Amino acid sequence: MNSQWEVVIGLEIHAQLATKSKIFSGASTAYGAEPNTQACAVDLGLPGVLPVLNQEAVRMAVKFGLAIEAEIAPYSVFARKNYFYPDLPKGYQISQFELPIVGNGHLDIDVDGVTKRIGVTRAHLEEDAGKSLHEDFHGLTGIDLNRAGTPLLEIVSDPDMRSAKEAVAYMRKLHELVRYLEICDGNMQEGSFRCDANVSVRPRGQAEFGTRAEIKNINSFRFVEKAINHEIERQIDLIESGGKVVQETRLYDANKDETRSMRGKEEANDYRYFPDPDLLPVEITEAFKDEVRVTLPELPDAKKRRFIEQYGQDDESAATLTSSRQLADYYEALVDASGGEAKICTNWVTGDVLGALNKAGLEIGQCPVDAERLAGLLKRIADDTISGKIAKQVFEAMWQGQETADQIIESQGLKQITDTGAIEAIIDKIITDNPGQVEQYLSGKDKVFGFFVGQVMKEMQGKANPAEVNKILKTKLKR
Amino acid sequence: MNNKTIAELARGLRSGEFSSVELTQDYLERIRQFSALNAYITVTAEQALAQAEAADKRLAARTADLLTGIPIAQKDIFCTDGVKTSCGSKMLDNFISPYNATVVEKLNRAGAVTLGKLNMDEFAMGSSNETSFYGPVQNPWDVTCVPGGSSGGSAAAVAAGLTAGATGTDTGGSIRQPAAFCGITGLKPTYGRVSRYGMIAYASSLDQGGPMTRTAEDAAIMLQAMAGFDEKDSTSVDMPVPDYSAGLNQPLSGLKIGLPKEFFGEGLNGEIAAVIETAVNEYRKLGAEVKEVSMPNLKYAIPAYYVIAPAECSANLSRFDGVRFGYRCDNPADLADLYTRSRGEAFGKEVKRRILIGTYALSAGYYDAYYLKAQKVRRLITDDFKSALAEVDVLMGPVSPTVAFGLGEKTGDPIQMYLSDIYTIAVNLAGLPAMSIPAGFVDNKPVGLQIIGNYFAEDRLLNVAHRYQMNTDWHKQVPKGFE
Repeated sequence: MNSQWEVVIGLEIHAQLATKSKIFSGASTAYGAEPNTQACAVDLGLPGVLPVLNQEAVRMAVKFGLAIEAEIAPYSVFARKNYFYPDLPKGYQISQFELPIVGNGHLDIDVDGVTKRIGVTRAHLEEDAGKSLHEDFHGLTGIDLNRAGTPLLEIVSDPDMRSAKEAVAYMRKLHELVRYLEICDGNMQEGSFRCDANVSVRPRGQAEFGTRAEIKNINSFRFVEKAINHEIERQIDLIESGGKVVQETRLYDANKDETRSMRGKEEANDYRYFPDPDLLPVEITEAFKDEVRVTLPELPDAKKRRFIEQYGQDDESAATLTSSRQLADYYEALVDASGGEAKICTNWVTGDVLGALNKAGLEIGQCPVDAERLAGLLKRIADDTISGKIAKQVFEAMWQGQETADQIIESQGLKQITDTGAIEAIIDKIITDNPGQVEQYLSGKDKVFGFFVGQVMKEMQGKANPAEVNKILKTKLKR
Repeated sequence: MNNKTIAELARGLRSGEFSSVELTQDYLERIRQFSALNAYITVTAEQALAQAEAADKRLAARTADLLTGIPIAQKDIFCTDGVKTSCGSKMLDNFISPYNATVVEKLNRAGAVTLGKLNMDEFAMGSSNETSFYGPVQNPWDVTCVPGGSSGGSAAAVAAGLTAGATGTDTGGSIRQPAAFCGITGLKPTYGRVSRYGMIAYASSLDQGGPMTRTAEDAAIMLQAMAGFDEKDSTSVDMPVPDYSAGLNQPLSGLKIGLPKEFFGEGLNGEIAAVIETAVNEYRKLGAEVKEVSMPNLKYAIPAYYVIAPAECSANLSRFDGVRFGYRCDNPADLADLYTRSRGEAFGKEVKRRILIGTYALSAGYYDAYYLKAQKVRRLITDDFKSALAEVDVLMGPVSPTVAFGLGEKTGDPIQMYLSDIYTIAVNLAGLPAMSIPAGFVDNKPVGLQIIGNYFAEDRLLNVAHRYQMNTDWHKQVPKGFE
């Protein structure tokens, strides 16, 4: 990137709160139902209906605020944001404007080994709109109001990020946090976690910000990075060729990898915000905050520090294992149940388990081998019943079915052979069958030793205790 | 029996003098007979008779409520399941509500028989019932005059004996002013006393539903059924509902009455002032003490109201966009056309005027000067009332500066029309309860006495009104031709 320019980025993230019902009605928030089957009279904005605030949404917002050490407003107000759109049933969105529920807070990100603190300006509660469906209606637009009234927490960062990489790190960190807090499922395909980015550039050393463009609705970590980088390049090119950045809203097109103008500042709506007279101000007491505070889980940063200390992990493994609360729980359950070394558990989870999940496209919560079953396998490695190599084979079988490691070892006859007599007999046969290789080894070619080990293992279907094989081979092939 | 009170009808139903079905048939016949008044938008005869039959069974089984079997009617602003709920607008002429307002639900549960839906100013915006899409309502006392508004259909129907009682809503005087013009009793409860769920919103922070009846005793019976906390309305108040009938007869000796001097200044018809004075003297005879009070900020009530109410209505009426329900223009060319023509063709002039005023008041650059300022004025007015009511039990004054005016007389001059509510509007800004009761006549047209009480003191208001009605017979007068 051109080092003459400094990039300034702020993110607005909409996290859909994981409440069972909507923010102002009793209708379900479940995803994927038939269009308009999860929209009640209140969501449809029928004449005469009134909103009633879902307490659970408030609790979740406060939980988030406490987790980022933010100010929780003792008094916050819902306002009406007025604009016409077919998927906005009331002609206004109920949001928070002047007095949001969560004030100044912060989040620490790690980029290239450096920790940086990113400020959170505010987080406020609001209702989502429905969806306009422009395809499949032969030139008409379909309206699905299932999503209308779904609770959102809009989290607005300070303009503290200086690269797309930092922006992605912040977004990931926030994504990890809301899932830790169990206030958002983080499902980006379903739109549960969406991001708008405010991007500007300024000559390095200049104090004032440049004119910013807002990039709307970038719904994956990869797109955020690409969209921001593209936008930075566009702005720098524009300025360097004598142009001026205009304040506008731009849409990222993932197919073309470019942003294009949606509407300018002049076309910006006057939303005519005013306090919603149908809803009382939200008052948060110290007692309520205390009540929510005790429900806070161990947060990602604290957990990572503990994993490094308690399990002797390196930074990377600890970061991986604490990247989700469920994965960390899986790991700790495994350590507990296996009674073995934390190091082996770390290797298995970061290696085999995550690898297999990745390949299958599954989340840890969907892992076919639970921690207890995996512990059963690690115990058999520890007590030399099987070798590490055979263990991978057993793990494969466990992944496919429901059997325990012991059942698989038993039924497939994978128990390690430590009977020196049996191993010796095989070794004698192999030495006799391969006089050429014996010659080579005795003449000093150490590499050939591996050949003999391989042959023995092959003959014994991998079940021979490798340490025993090595020991006997060394004696028999004495130079 | 059409000029009997709810209390009398309830006794008649219990003594077997008549059944609810007979009573209902009688009212339905009378509604047909006097259809020229235009008080009803929809008559639900079939449902009413079914409800009456069910009520007769309850009466026979002695599980009846005071309202069981009593024919009432709903202002067409209350959503009624399966019945057209028009709010007096072309916009909702095709709207069949799929649910009941809480007030409707409660009155149904009490066993009241609903005769139909009553005419009103479009979206409750008006003081004469002349903004209704369904045409104006005639005042039974003088059919060339307006019944007042916005609950004009309710007031005219009660006065003419086309229902025993009616619901109304009051945002700036819409229960009290028509009650005064038609010579009946109207009660606007404390904001939050009656649920607004299912009551189509005009100005949410001011709207309040209440009963319109012949007597204070009847108002107590109806309010008993209508009032109470509703979890579907966040602004309804979770406070116990007292027994409104129980306290009606308490003596008034020692009652402290305040007369706000601002209610008796310029603009008040002198003959009306004399009627109010006579009424106040009647209270003196009943043992009340009277003193003058002053509320200097009252003069700002109308301007403050005409910023706040339109601001709220400009958002409240955005849902009428031709997309999901209500009127939709023919062959919209595109989305903007759908919006502008649907709203342009279906909203009346007064509704458009208020949407425009409200939109303007909330716009960037004007918000502080209008909306915020108006809210500050509202606070000052509320404080005026609070300090006055710290000194006295109730405030009294006229309901309106004039008696019912002629149809068409003020339609060309919105400001003159707005001034018709000059004594009622401040009460809504403060959220207080207030009543209008018949207190005399000027030019053979009824005059209403306004009684304003403290928050949630509806029981006291009803008591004060009832004692007066025990000693006067203004409320018993029936317009000629409707005996």
